[in-house]
Amino acid sequence: MSIDLGSPALSGVPKTDVAQRPKDFKTDQEVRWCPGCGDYVILAAVQGFLPELGLRRENIVFVSGIGCSSRFPYYLDTYGMHSIHGRAPAIATGIATAREDLSVWVVTGDGDALSIGGNHLIHALRRNVNLTILLFNNRIYGLTKGQYSPTSEAGKVTKSTPMGSVDHPFNPVSLALGAEATFVARTIDSDRKHLTAVLAAAAAHRGTSLVEIYQNCPIFNDGAFDAIKDRDTKADAIIPLELGEPIRFGAPAEDGGGSRGLALDAQTGGVRVVDVAEVGVEALLVHDATRDDPTTAFAISRLTDAGYLRQSPIGIFRQVDRPTYDDQARAQLSTARTAAPGEQADRLGALIGGGDTWTVV
Amino acid sequence: MAKPVQQLDRVVIRFAGDSGDGMQLAGDQFTSETAVFGNDLSTLPNFPAEIRAPAGTLPGVSSFQLHFADHEITTPGDAPDVLVAMNPAALKANLPDLPVGRDIIVNTDEFGARNLAKVGYATNPLDGDSLDSWRVHKVPLTSMTIEALAGTGLGKKDAARARNMFALGLLSWMYHRPTDGTLRFLEKKFAKLPQVAAANIAAFRAGWNYGETTESFAVSYEVKPAPMRPGVYRNISGNLALSYGLIAASRQSGLPLFLGAYPITPASDILHELSKHKGFGVRTFQAEDEIAGIGAALGAAFGGALAVTTTSGPGIALKSETIGLAVSLELPLVICDIQRGGPSTGLPTKTEQTDLLQVMFGRNGEAPVPIVAPQSPGDCFDAAIEAARIALTYRTPVFLLSDGYLANGSEPWSIPDLDGLPELAPDFAVATDRPFLPYERDPATLARPWAIPGTAGLEHRIGGLEKADETGEISYDPANHDLMVRLRQSKVDRIAQSIPPLLVDDPSGAAGVLVLGWGSTHGVIDAACHRVRRRGVPVAQVHLRHLNPFPSDLGDLLHRYDRVVLPELNLGQLALLLRACYLVDVVSINQVNGMPFRAADLEEALWHVLQGAGT
Repeated sequence: MSIDLGSPALSGVPKTDVAQRPKDFKTDQEVRWCPGCGDYVILAAVQGFLPELGLRRENIVFVSGIGCSSRFPYYLDTYGMHSIHGRAPAIATGIATAREDLSVWVVTGDGDALSIGGNHLIHALRRNVNLTILLFNNRIYGLTKGQYSPTSEAGKVTKSTPMGSVDHPFNPVSLALGAEATFVARTIDSDRKHLTAVLAAAAAHRGTSLVEIYQNCPIFNDGAFDAIKDRDTKADAIIPLELGEPIRFGAPAEDGGGSRGLALDAQTGGVRVVDVAEVGVEALLVHDATRDDPTTAFAISRLTDAGYLRQSPIGIFRQVDRPTYDDQARAQLSTARTAAPGEQADRLGALIGGGDTWTVV
Repeated sequence: MAKPVQQLDRVVIRFAGDSGDGMQLAGDQFTSETAVFGNDLSTLPNFPAEIRAPAGTLPGVSSFQLHFADHEITTPGDAPDVLVAMNPAALKANLPDLPVGRDIIVNTDEFGARNLAKVGYATNPLDGDSLDSWRVHKVPLTSMTIEALAGTGLGKKDAARARNMFALGLLSWMYHRPTDGTLRFLEKKFAKLPQVAAANIAAFRAGWNYGETTESFAVSYEVKPAPMRPGVYRNISGNLALSYGLIAASRQSGLPLFLGAYPITPASDILHELSKHKGFGVRTFQAEDEIAGIGAALGAAFGGALAVTTTSGPGIALKSETIGLAVSLELPLVICDIQRGGPSTGLPTKTEQTDLLQVMFGRNGEAPVPIVAPQSPGDCFDAAIEAARIALTYRTPVFLLSDGYLANGSEPWSIPDLDGLPELAPDFAVATDRPFLPYERDPATLARPWAIPGTAGLEHRIGGLEKADETGEISYDPANHDLMVRLRQSKVDRIAQSIPPLLVDDPSGAAGVLVLGWGSTHGVIDAACHRVRRRGVPVAQVHLRHLNPFPSDLGDLLHRYDRVVLPELNLGQLALLLRACYLVDVVSINQVNGMPFRAADLEEALWHVLQGAGT
């Protein structure tokens, strides 16, 4: 059954009257990820979620680049393109600009989106093309067998960095906010409920949605997210972002909420972790992703560990409205067409026969 | 007393000045006047890559050459009959091209000590006898312009900027050009600045009147209109014709035009032009880089648009990987390469034919891409439609290989009848009761179906990994890969079946030597062949529009002649291909100086070959 997301992003995309099931979105292709790969969970979540959108399957397009995650389109029975390394946002921009009636998704990884394709990613985000970008971040190059990626922690020892990497990593959420993305979220492969909720919000957003999904690579970077997945440590590791709620985490306090929380730091302009018992619930930062000013969202994003991940905010960082590139491009087209009435053939004749002409008889 | 009028059959004028002197504008406008008057014409703009190189220096010289005649001409002329030199740098840079005895109109006001020093003139060349071999007309262009605009309220500096219009007025008088068009043009161009419009018109009129009254110009000249085939004509540059051709192809196919592009000289004018035509449903996307430009275009092609990307050689290098993907996806895509001097950044504003091998081979794997090359500015219109035809019919990327000379040069163009243009059918795939096979092939063309998103029942996935024949599923099977490589090649080879027979120009039918060319050299090769024939030696000429695949009759044709001569603006790139494909001992004539061949040089080179061939 389809849910009404009140979804402006999909207003131009035809709906189906036929009930869809997850298996309608499965292809007959054998899934070829390694056993235990986080990609399986994400695929199942997406196949489970797509029927909820209630869109006609033929009006959905998945575009990917290169890497393990980029095999995704082969396993989804929609239209799909497995393109070249890093270029999926550019290709998807063309599809979305040419076709208003399509729901366009990009599946990419940390190497694909942030290394070779970094330029296309930031420009898609600043243009605010109507796309949903799923960035599978496993903090390693998997398909090329284990080199450090642009999100690997500094000092990481890999095949290409036997003495440890000396690269400083990107924080994908900070990067997206810096590029003035209108929807930025982070979720985890193993938390299907959270993943699905974030996907729903991202799909509903008109403009470019960037969803960073922490995804475990059991072969080349196993355990990278253990701290936020482990039953014993995750309460301290995950800083949940819930709209309209004070941001709290850690072991439960007396009121049942987390014993630690986030508060604005007047001195630095950033946010800091505080002891709830010490400062009181009133002093905590109430999460507001819809704030137009991205400063606080950026400050929250900085609480992610750049090294081995022991702490990270999870949820929707930013969700604001801004006119999209493709809508505005279509509006210009429509204005120009209204201003130039008459048969196109006549107008074309007038165009090419325009300017100073002379007749030879 | 009326001044005498002398009849001429052809004239070459070169306007030369500083980059900021407005020489391109003056040249364009003189061209429009000349086109409307009915002369045949050909132009050669020549300007530096820098927008405003330091004023008064040699690197800052910008020029515009125009050849017009009372008969058919095909080149912008080898050497000027008249040089308009707006400053010492323009004189020094262009004098070597000016045959003795010809006219120089020189702006004496700019020959002060500072400007002379900037270009290394120790003494003023206008004072000594160094210019005695030419007819020098010393005209204080700047001061007369300022004087003419005294009543307009413009300051001296602003008034002086209209000196290009003074020069244009003088030349318009000298050659009896109709002036209405220029007056209308100036009123329109400066519609929002009436004072500037009035000043430019006043300067233009002052220049005309100066010609009429001064003793410095004793004669004026008349070049009668050229006989042309009946029709309605306009003047058109290559980039404009190419843009119109793409819009026409959009109309003929019923597909919306999508351009993904990144600004680059000399292709940017196509982006500028197409961005004006949203009323025709044209979408233009100025991308963050060359790669995104073609990426977005390929995405639009997947979505069912007539997709185009425009660039020059350096941009092709960046787009190569995506072109390979387009070959693998077998989607229609027109890739316009407006060639310029290379390698690397090279000579952005100069012309060359040095990208042929890049577009032919510049990709990993066996990745054949058809190539179409226009032969004149106006022909860019038809070549664009032909590129679209091949792309749509065969579901393939296609190169449209123009160059800087065609892009910016112009010629009279017989405006085509739109009803006579070829129909281009996209033939989108429709669902049937059979399972959909994305890589099933049309038996005639070997094209695969173009199934666009939104078509129920045809959902499919495509990608850059090798695909199984018919199903399009990922396949690493050795035999399948061999088959797919050969299928993609065969599909491109089959395009030859749709190419009309070559037209050989051999008036006497007795030629033993064939002069073959491609692209923008058509006009000058034509002129050189005419000259050689006038010297009594028969020679045949043929020009290639399709460079991949070659026309089916090319091999037989090459073997029919004792000698095949191939002038190219590169070091022999087509010659290399012809030698490889047809085992023909092609004689190359090469020039890579950033300029088109001059007819006289080519005539001599041909003559030299013909003597060697014993004819």
